[in-house]
Amino acid sequence: MAEFTLPKNSVLIEGKTFKAPAGAINIRRFEVYRWDPESGENPRIDAFELDMDNCGPMVLDAILKIKNEIDSTLTFRRSCREGVCGSCAMNINGRNSLACTKAIDSYSGTIKIYPLPHMDVVKDLVPDTTHFFAQYASIKPWIETQTPPPADSERLQSKEDREKLDGLYDCILCACCSTSCPSYWWNSERYLGPAVLLQAYRWLVDSRDENTGERLDELEDPFKLYRCHTIMNCTDTCPKNLNPAKAIAETKKLLVQRKLG
Amino acid sequence: MAINTNRPTSPHLQVYRLPLTGIISITHRMTGVMLSAGLILFVYVISALAGGAESYDTMQTIMNQWLFKLVGWGFIYALFFHLCHGVRHLIWDTGSSFELETLNRYAMIELASSLILTLMTFVWGHYGL
Repeated sequence: MAEFTLPKNSVLIEGKTFKAPAGAINIRRFEVYRWDPESGENPRIDAFELDMDNCGPMVLDAILKIKNEIDSTLTFRRSCREGVCGSCAMNINGRNSLACTKAIDSYSGTIKIYPLPHMDVVKDLVPDTTHFFAQYASIKPWIETQTPPPADSERLQSKEDREKLDGLYDCILCACCSTSCPSYWWNSERYLGPAVLLQAYRWLVDSRDENTGERLDELEDPFKLYRCHTIMNCTDTCPKNLNPAKAIAETKKLLVQRKLG
Repeated sequence: MAINTNRPTSPHLQVYRLPLTGIISITHRMTGVMLSAGLILFVYVISALAGGAESYDTMQTIMNQWLFKLVGWGFIYALFFHLCHGVRHLIWDTGSSFELETLNRYAMIELASSLILTLMTFVWGHYGL
């Protein structure tokens, strides 16, 4: 159900401010969402003033600087630091993105950092993605076949068929798109969300997959697929420049085409 | 120390900066609600027309108050906006124009068209065709 306000335990309270070291000239202010499961307090916003003359260029560099030099309890996910793992997905100045591929200089003024929206927070910037990945598993993200494999080769694919997967297989499941979607905010228990639907489409159009009919059956549901209202936040926010909304539209078309025979 | 499993929900509407398409989408929803509610007024106008000279005069007096005029023009703009974005949805349903660059362009076209259509209705109402 749509709840436009935050529940009582999620309302933000004022946090601490960490001043920049004396003598720093090039200062940027970072406001970061904090929640400590052990404190029993509501989430808060801590402000960190960083010396930009002594900091890497990306938002992730600033967050690492905070953890290394100011507050080691700051908790977040990160791994590859080059936009291929999807771990450091978070809400930066109102849009979801990967902290490692966003330059600090691409923003002006204070940079506000929140966890991915409308998720259960495990700690600080770490959202609970259990449900998201359970939804991913539900679309059977693996090849399904009816025919026996060729005796002396792999299941081959023409170059044209392979090209149909471009822009789909590139998805890193960072959940930026799904958690940017108001429809997913209000109905995530039943709506699959843009990321999982893009993945579902990736298997629908794979020429080697032989379970298209069953996959479409699974998706033909007022909630799983049709809660997409073309709001387009997903395509707008995808840090890999993919187009989940387009994949969803193509899936809807496949369902119509099947009905029309 | 016990771990608090009463996990908070991360901020959503409170912090998300909706892109133009997102703003247009929620406006489409709101104009839809406004159009449904406005139908009550529309039905009143129609029934006053059918009710003869007396009820027509009363309706004219009411509808000429600035507040009702504003509501009336709001209804007309809502109608055109809803129509324009409805057409946009039909185009989307064909699977085309999902590219990031086209999204904002179409959004601006929708906004401009709905304003122009409202203006045309105004001109038509005042000066005839």
